[in-house]
Amino acid sequence: MAVPVQKTDNVTSLPSPKASAKPAEIVTLPARKSEGNGKKVVDRLKGIAATTVPPLLVLGVLLLVWQISFARPGASLPAPSVIWAEAKDLILDPFFVMGPQDIGLGLRVLTSLERVAIGFGLAAVVGVLLGALVGQSIWATRGLDPIFQVLRTVPPLAWLPISLAAFRDANPSAIFVIFITAIWPIIINTAVGIRNIPQDYRNVAQVLRLNTFEFFFKIMVPSAAPYIFTGLRIGIGLSWLAIVAAEMLTGGVGIGFFIWDAWNSSKLSDIIVALLYIGVVGFALDRLVAAIGSLVTRGTSAS
Amino acid sequence: MHAYLKLDHIDKSFVRGGQTTEVLKDISLTIDQGEYVSIIGHSGCGKSTLLNLIAGLTQVTAGAVLLENREVNAPGPERAVVFQNHSLLPWLTVYENVKLAVDKVFSGKKSRTERHDWIMANLDLVQMAHARDKRPSEISGGMKQRVGIARALAMEPKILLLDEPFGALDALTRAHLQDSVMDIHARLKNTMIMITHDVDEAVLLSDRIVMMTNGPAARIGEVLAVDLPRPRKRLDLVSDSRYIAAREAVLRFLYERHRLVEAA
Ligand SMILES: Nc1ncnc2c1ncn2[C@@H]1O[C@H](COP(=O)(O)OP(=O)(O)O)[C@@H](O)[C@H]1O
Ligand SMILES: [Mg+2]
Repeated sequence: MAVPVQKTDNVTSLPSPKASAKPAEIVTLPARKSEGNGKKVVDRLKGIAATTVPPLLVLGVLLLVWQISFARPGASLPAPSVIWAEAKDLILDPFFVMGPQDIGLGLRVLTSLERVAIGFGLAAVVGVLLGALVGQSIWATRGLDPIFQVLRTVPPLAWLPISLAAFRDANPSAIFVIFITAIWPIIINTAVGIRNIPQDYRNVAQVLRLNTFEFFFKIMVPSAAPYIFTGLRIGIGLSWLAIVAAEMLTGGVGIGFFIWDAWNSSKLSDIIVALLYIGVVGFALDRLVAAIGSLVTRGTSAS
Repeated sequence: MHAYLKLDHIDKSFVRGGQTTEVLKDISLTIDQGEYVSIIGHSGCGKSTLLNLIAGLTQVTAGAVLLENREVNAPGPERAVVFQNHSLLPWLTVYENVKLAVDKVFSGKKSRTERHDWIMANLDLVQMAHARDKRPSEISGGMKQRVGIARALAMEPKILLLDEPFGALDALTRAHLQDSVMDIHARLKNTMIMITHDVDEAVLLSDRIVMMTNGPAARIGEVLAVDLPRPRKRLDLVSDSRYIAAREAVLRFLYERHRLVEAA
């Protein structure tokens, strides 16, 4: 080594803690292998129990309290036992078809999901493109950002009359309401993600002379993916909030209109079952987008 | 004879919030084809800025950068950069990082299989072919820097620009990579401009060492020709009087005449 004076500062980053961690691992494992295996299963069961038992317990208590409070005749809301008696078919068979307006809640949810898929899909594509524009160009930011900031505070249903007037049809109006509800968080988060692209990546793109198209797909989208998926996740949640409300007003066979219809015919049990469906599906949608996000952005964050 | 690369009376100042900082002042330098030139100076004097000007990533305030008599005013793959912090794209594998460059530079010039072979040849050159399917987060700092060098070399640049390429590495890895770079330079005979703040590294690798004064308004203080035969072996050089003299000259410049006043 010809390094007498200058290099003292470079020796600091040698990895030392790893070396001491290794042997400790090796010592414990082989000694009690069979027992260790059984213990593993028990540990895993314990883990599952730890996440499932508390919510089930709380649910049981809630149902019990509910049952006790509303079991007397003439109660304003049906008790769980009444719901089970009145709406058993809705709970047990989500996919029955008894007539054009008499179908299972699973089928109704699917109809609503179709609208959400179209509206949210459009919002995702347009939102990412607009977000990229806003994040990339200072003039687009100056021009568009104030408008976005105002429009994003408009409640979803406030768009419905305008959209009904514009489309003259319930279905595209509902889809438009989904679109306009979901797009703002997507635009805003994408723009933040684009603004946070490290200068290094931009330099690499410049040296390679990537064109706009290549830069968008090869640098911008992957680099901003964690932000984009945050926006998409908020967007899908808002879509699901908006679709139920929109369907209440536009009619059709979606889950939202079902609630409105049940309210008009005083079927409170049906409404409560529908709420359950909506909650579960909303939860599943959120988890789905989150799972896709973590799959896609697997390599993005580390450097 | 005209110069291969010519820096012609370059000034560079940054304007930020109505305030102008003069970073470089009247920089003139000519570099021959195949030459290995190091730029050395204290932290913050404007070395990276100078390299970015040659890369075309920033624009001169006055003067010009001329490569083969043509003015440089935009970045391009013929002036490939090995960045200080490797700048690999973390969502791509080692292979894909090099492929991004190769596909862009050689699209239409090489077939798919030729491009594949060229990617592998460059990974072989830096001894990283074994890690082709790893992501940057899964390899060490030295390995990342190697891939960065492979990516730059794969562009077949006229000039390779290296911004403190080994700055973040430990001494052993650094020595190893220095040998690799010397070897590559000997084989490919490409023009290289390297920024460093390490005196030994500068003397070992360079044909000439450009020493910069402290900023603001940094200039070229001195240019030292390193008159050592190649190939150079670091162990033989320790006792070589020319090596010792060159080393001393640079150290004197940096620590006697242009000592860093405040820590940057
Ligand atoms: N984009 C910029 N805007 C304003 N000032 C800058 C910019 N880039 C560099 N500088 C300034 O120029 C000086 C030199 O920076 P740099 O070239 O990175 O130094 P070095 O690489 O020699 O450490 C520093 O004082 C830095 O603050
Ligand atoms: Mg620097």
